[in-house]
Amino acid sequence: MKDLADEYYIRKIESFVSENKRIDGRAQFDFREIKYKLDYIRNAEGSCYLELGNTKVIAGIKIEAEEPLESSEEGNLITNVELLPLASSEYEAGPPTPEAIELSRVIDRAIRSAKIIDSSNLLLEDNKVYSLYADIDVINFDGNIFDAGVMALLLALKNTRIPKYENGEIIRNEIVGKLNIKGNVLSTTFVKINKTLLLDPNALEELAASTRLTIATDGDRIRAMQKGLSGSLTIREIENMIDISLEKYKDLSKIIDINKD
Amino acid sequence: MHNGSVELLKDGLRLDGRKPDELREISIKAGVIDNADGSAYLEWGNNRVLAAVYGPKEVIPKHDSDPNKAIVKALYTMSPFSSLEGHGRTTSRRAVEISKVTKEVFENVILTNKFPETEIDIYIQILQADGGTRAAGITAAAVALANAGIPMKDLVYGVSAGKVGDTVIIDLNMLEDNYSDADMPVVVSPRSKEILLLQMDGNLTKEEFKKAIDMILDAGKIISKKQREALIELYK
Repeated sequence: MKDLADEYYIRKIESFVSENKRIDGRAQFDFREIKYKLDYIRNAEGSCYLELGNTKVIAGIKIEAEEPLESSEEGNLITNVELLPLASSEYEAGPPTPEAIELSRVIDRAIRSAKIIDSSNLLLEDNKVYSLYADIDVINFDGNIFDAGVMALLLALKNTRIPKYENGEIIRNEIVGKLNIKGNVLSTTFVKINKTLLLDPNALEELAASTRLTIATDGDRIRAMQKGLSGSLTIREIENMIDISLEKYKDLSKIIDINKD
Repeated sequence: MHNGSVELLKDGLRLDGRKPDELREISIKAGVIDNADGSAYLEWGNNRVLAAVYGPKEVIPKHDSDPNKAIVKALYTMSPFSSLEGHGRTTSRRAVEISKVTKEVFENVILTNKFPETEIDIYIQILQADGGTRAAGITAAAVALANAGIPMKDLVYGVSAGKVGDTVIIDLNMLEDNYSDADMPVVVSPRSKEILLLQMDGNLTKEEFKKAIDMILDAGKIISKKQREALIELYK
């Protein structure tokens, strides 16, 4: 349930939106500034610290040798988002909330549907494969974990070293190669406040939103979508967001190559 | 992960003989659980789904209650024997996600402001699963809510569209879901044609998305009719 402070901020956000403005001065379909550092966690096989405005996440990849989870002979990908209690007064310790589970599954779906992980070098002998444990820790929350998470995870995967596997064991200090990532998948998350769509909502905009839509694309095709919250969308609004998402892919893919910090 | 090793379309027909835009057989019976305030049993192809509604009732725990409106809870559960594969585990992460998006759909259509400080519980039980269970469950739950006499803006329906090769298809069964190139479950409010649930994975061009939406709107005419007939049958 929303408290009085929430109600105050919702009105404030709505009054900005009604004047075609945003509380942080951005245009309707602007992303916040994105910065990242690769190899942020040295003990992980791959990692990325990423800031999307004030939303800060760390994606880390740990690799294990395990039996394949699905019948197909591919590596395993296990994606999990942790909304750490230190990241926001809204987050509590304990088992994952439906929000965290939805985040994990949507980010996983974006990466998985885009088929960017070349699994040919993830297969091992004796019915073992490399499992990629992709964990995303949210360390400061200011909205739009979806897009921050997809981008951080993509960057971490692109930066993942595969350790040697010998006699049933992973030997972490011997690297046999890099994980091969073919192409990119990037997501764009929109919210609807009254009748207005906004890209890359911050925490207050998410609070005021009735509807959310995440669209992940490879620049050419839609790879995953997820609507959230209890509001509705017209088909025209969805088509509009698909167009913007395909367009924004170009900007985001440039950032992946340039903004290394 | 998906792969194209199963031929899903032959001479323009699907493995179960359907055309790309053809729904499976759907039948719905309302008022099937005595203890519930509203309920429905739905058969949709090989899917077997029960939905039940309890409420508006007292909020538990009390501090969750909202002085302005009813809170809506939804629980999607697959029976452990429901799947062709092995014994189902209890509350999977998939079920948590489906429960969440289901709750969001019904928060939209139920006139929750008519019942402040109460809760409305929606239970969806998948007895037998053959693809498209979330859409089937939501379609059944809408009937159960109407059966419970809970006022709603609209009688919503769900259906999934997808793609095999370059062909857009409606209402994927489990085999098609497993090997298709895209799967997109959608819930529509038929009166406004607004979208209340949208999920998608695989790959779709924008044109294929539009085609899928058109098929979903067309299929809605049939599904909505089945829902209304189930309710009319009760009060004949």
